[in-house]
Amino acid sequence: MVYETTIGLEVHVQLKTRTKMFCGCATGYGEAPNTLVCPVCLGYPGAMPVMNREAIGLTVVSGLMLGCDIAHWSKFDRKSYFYPDMPKNYQISQYDKPLCLGGGVKIDLEDGTEKTIGLTRIHLEEDVGKNTHFGASSGVDFNRAGHPLMEIVTEPDLSSPEEAYAFLQALKQILLYAGVSDCNLEEGNMRCDVNVSMRPVGQQELGTKAELKNLNTFKGVFHALQYEQERQAALLDRGERVVQETRRWDPDRGETSSMRTKEDAHDYRYFPEPDLLPVVLEDAQIDAWRKALPEAPRERRARFVQTYGLPAYDAGVLVAEREVADFFEEAVRAGGNTKAVSNWIMTDVLRVLSEKGVGILALPLTAASLGALTKLVEDGAVNMTGAKEIFAVLANKGGDPARLLDELGLAQVSDTGALEKMVDEAISANPKSVADYRNGKAAAAQYLMGQVMRLSRGKANPPMVLEMLKQKLDQ
Amino acid sequence: MGDAEQAKASGLDVAYVAHLARLHLRDDEIALFQGQMEQIVHYVEQIGKLDVDGVAPLSHTVSVSNVWREDEPRPGIDHGKVMDNAPEQRDGLIAVPKIVE
Amino acid sequence: MGDTNLDVSRLTIREAGDLLASGACSAVDLTDALLRRIQDVDSNIHAYVSLDADFALQQARAADEARAQGKSGPLLGIPIGVKDLLNVAGQPCTCSSHILEGYTAPYDATVIARLREAGAVFVGRTNMDEFAMGSSTENSAYMVTRNPVDLERVPGGSSGGSAAALAAGEAIATLGTDTGGSIRQPAAFCGCVGLKPTYGRVSRYGLTAFASSLDQIGPMTHTVEDAAILLQAMAGLDTMDSTTLDVPVPDYRAALQHDLKGMRLGLPKEYFVDGMDDAVRASILQAVDTCRALGAEIVDVSLPHTEYSIAVYYIIATAEASANLARFDGVRYGRRVSPGNDPVEMYGATREAGFGAEVKRRIILGTYVLSSGYYDAYYLRAQKVRRLILQDFENAFATCDALLAPATPTPAFRVGENTGDPLKMYLSDVFTATANLAGICAMSVPSFSTSEGLPVGLQILGPALGETQILRVGHAFEQRKKAVA
Repeated sequence: MVYETTIGLEVHVQLKTRTKMFCGCATGYGEAPNTLVCPVCLGYPGAMPVMNREAIGLTVVSGLMLGCDIAHWSKFDRKSYFYPDMPKNYQISQYDKPLCLGGGVKIDLEDGTEKTIGLTRIHLEEDVGKNTHFGASSGVDFNRAGHPLMEIVTEPDLSSPEEAYAFLQALKQILLYAGVSDCNLEEGNMRCDVNVSMRPVGQQELGTKAELKNLNTFKGVFHALQYEQERQAALLDRGERVVQETRRWDPDRGETSSMRTKEDAHDYRYFPEPDLLPVVLEDAQIDAWRKALPEAPRERRARFVQTYGLPAYDAGVLVAEREVADFFEEAVRAGGNTKAVSNWIMTDVLRVLSEKGVGILALPLTAASLGALTKLVEDGAVNMTGAKEIFAVLANKGGDPARLLDELGLAQVSDTGALEKMVDEAISANPKSVADYRNGKAAAAQYLMGQVMRLSRGKANPPMVLEMLKQKLDQ
Repeated sequence: MGDAEQAKASGLDVAYVAHLARLHLRDDEIALFQGQMEQIVHYVEQIGKLDVDGVAPLSHTVSVSNVWREDEPRPGIDHGKVMDNAPEQRDGLIAVPKIVE
Repeated sequence: MGDTNLDVSRLTIREAGDLLASGACSAVDLTDALLRRIQDVDSNIHAYVSLDADFALQQARAADEARAQGKSGPLLGIPIGVKDLLNVAGQPCTCSSHILEGYTAPYDATVIARLREAGAVFVGRTNMDEFAMGSSTENSAYMVTRNPVDLERVPGGSSGGSAAALAAGEAIATLGTDTGGSIRQPAAFCGCVGLKPTYGRVSRYGLTAFASSLDQIGPMTHTVEDAAILLQAMAGLDTMDSTTLDVPVPDYRAALQHDLKGMRLGLPKEYFVDGMDDAVRASILQAVDTCRALGAEIVDVSLPHTEYSIAVYYIIATAEASANLARFDGVRYGRRVSPGNDPVEMYGATREAGFGAEVKRRIILGTYVLSSGYYDAYYLRAQKVRRLILQDFENAFATCDALLAPATPTPAFRVGENTGDPLKMYLSDVFTATANLAGICAMSVPSFSTSEGLPVGLQILGPALGETQILRVGHAFEQRKKAVA
């Protein structure tokens, strides 16, 4: 039988704040265990939470970037369940009045069309501690406990592992643009719970869903969904039922398995957190946040095509990272040639970044200097060979391209007298090539051209040399 | 009133609720509490008599909002004190019986 | 200096402060005398769970040194008894429960930090009903505190240790907490002053929570003036407690006057019901007459939803408590019982061994009223009725400066009298829980004793942030009563 897949995601995103959600402990990753803790995040007797204003702001910014309605009145609730990594055995979360409602994320489908994945809500909560397992016992590190965590819940709008993957990529890009999270998957900044069900094509009601917990990579989501699709389809083909349950993805074995959690785990006994007061946001305040939003990556890509006449593919590469796109625009503003700046970034700059393993802001090269470099090339002050040499210095140490041009002696030779001397020298030194050319081997001109460039130590103006060579050889 | 009546009809299962609250009870305690609880629940059900239509629930007697702090770090407590309070520890972690995830 | 015969048994904060300021005694003398007094009498009373003599004397020495260097203040060098659920850095904080055995507080509650800054000396930790759940201090895991007025009777609760310590002359002032009457009821039973401030007036940070939307810390003292002094040092905004009010703290002592001219005091008819103890009724009506004689205008008022207050209170308080007490699980601190090799078993066994029967009952009730399918009928509905109770008070305070009522329906009952009947015990909070539900302030001041010599508490209820009014009424009444006695 042919089935269709229905997928919904709950994405937990750690917000980029200096301190935890409800206490002043520093957020950090990789610190010695249980050193970023205080009575509040350890759930000590008598400790009380106080909201981190920045975390509220970052959640609102996320919501605005994702097209959500921002709640004018929002509150926190206690969600009760016992777990050793949860200090109070209740999590401060948001139940019926989350900060953000609705919204959506656009993704590109393989057939070139666009699809919007609806969001149900975004709420803010606190993260739990981290468990390490020994032989017969486990150990808990509470450094992560209390880190602000935004939970983004989608509608069941996704219909394939590919769409889920594309959604997560698009979401990550938007959140990075918004500057609300580092979205570092290795550090667990983004973690996914997945609901997936299948039904025969044409069936109205949804199939029974399985919940896949705590997927830490996008590839993991993709592969786990592929596995679940096959598993559920095989069950349905055999006429068996899919059991509603929570399943764990084992990336090493490449399969999901039942977690056999107790049913009562779902009686969370939510009630309003008495230690915290509501969050009330006025329109003016929300508008101020809205005005300060960065342009979203998709809009920016469209604008790059429109404004700079870039091919869609190139625009997509440039906007993939906000900092890179900013860099591009700044280089263009600094007088750089649009097409040339784009080419430099897409080839040399991104290569250097990946070699060095750093972000563009960490590079000594500035947008202004890249812009200036393209201008030097455009003006004929330096040829591409020289420009690459200058670029190498800019990328490693930075500097002023015009000054480097002088210091490195790379100024392009466009003086007709000097060029003519070198052209004559090359012709007289290579009679065989001259003969070849005149016998119809056009490629011989390229060889002679190379000889002139060598004589000029790479500085000759290539178009002028070629012109001159042809003139003399064709005589 | 309907709600409270319904709740009463559904009954209070002390053993189940104790499990939700992660509270072991001996059988004689369950029996004792079951009786006492039913009496208490019956008493509190009198609030079902009142007409509360249109009354907004009151969570806080303090009518203030947006009480928050700036995102500035403050010192926490010493690792040593955390470990001194922990019943068991291992490698700087707070040790517990094996967690099955 | 060095008065070894210093009698501390009736000493007030004011008087002790005068002795210290004049140099008649030192803080070390005072603390030492108090510790000796505790040694002498506490074996019969059991007001204190633990003492920290070395720490107290060290603080007293520091207070003396500070005074020598020119520091002064009404609490400098004054010993204070602290209810065993307030965190004092370096001290245990058992909440009179086995489950917190082994826990050492790594931090000061905000009120403790403020009193420490004011130079107060923390002599010991006073007994209480486990996690403040009870009205008799019989629910302590460690000991039953006796009422010093009659050792066969309970001191009330849950702040029974704090009240008994005062009545037995083994404290100059103590701290209590009040969730449904836990300051006022023991104050009434033991014949001392107990004030529950407006919700949000005093920081709860560092108070081991019972019911977060109801709890308040307050002073328990020999006199109303002392209550004003102690409240002054504790009250005010705290950035660690989001529910504290950002409202300036008035000069409470300045509000104390000797008459009640121009004040309108209401008598809520629901607090004078059939079946209430005759001696209590007579005492309170005599107190009302006294207030009238002091110049107050007495008017009848009605708080029609009072009859629902115990039901609402026990739903909301236990619901919040069921979450607040979930953290006591044997993982991070306190007692751990782990028979098998499974966290769930550890939770169950730790909580079974660590909690007493009353705590277990309330956790079960609170868990039940929040559980799936019951929330709307119990918790949500209780919150709505809670608003009606608040509105009753708002209506009453639209015409009155304060209300007069009994603090309790009966004088102190006998040890063991109510322990078999939890519901009967709960009903003894009937006159006090309303103030917590409404978040208003209220105080119990000793009224005229019964013919048997048992204390009766006059409850003075004020609107939110009306502490100055109730202190004024309490002080004027206390002074007049003293004058006629």
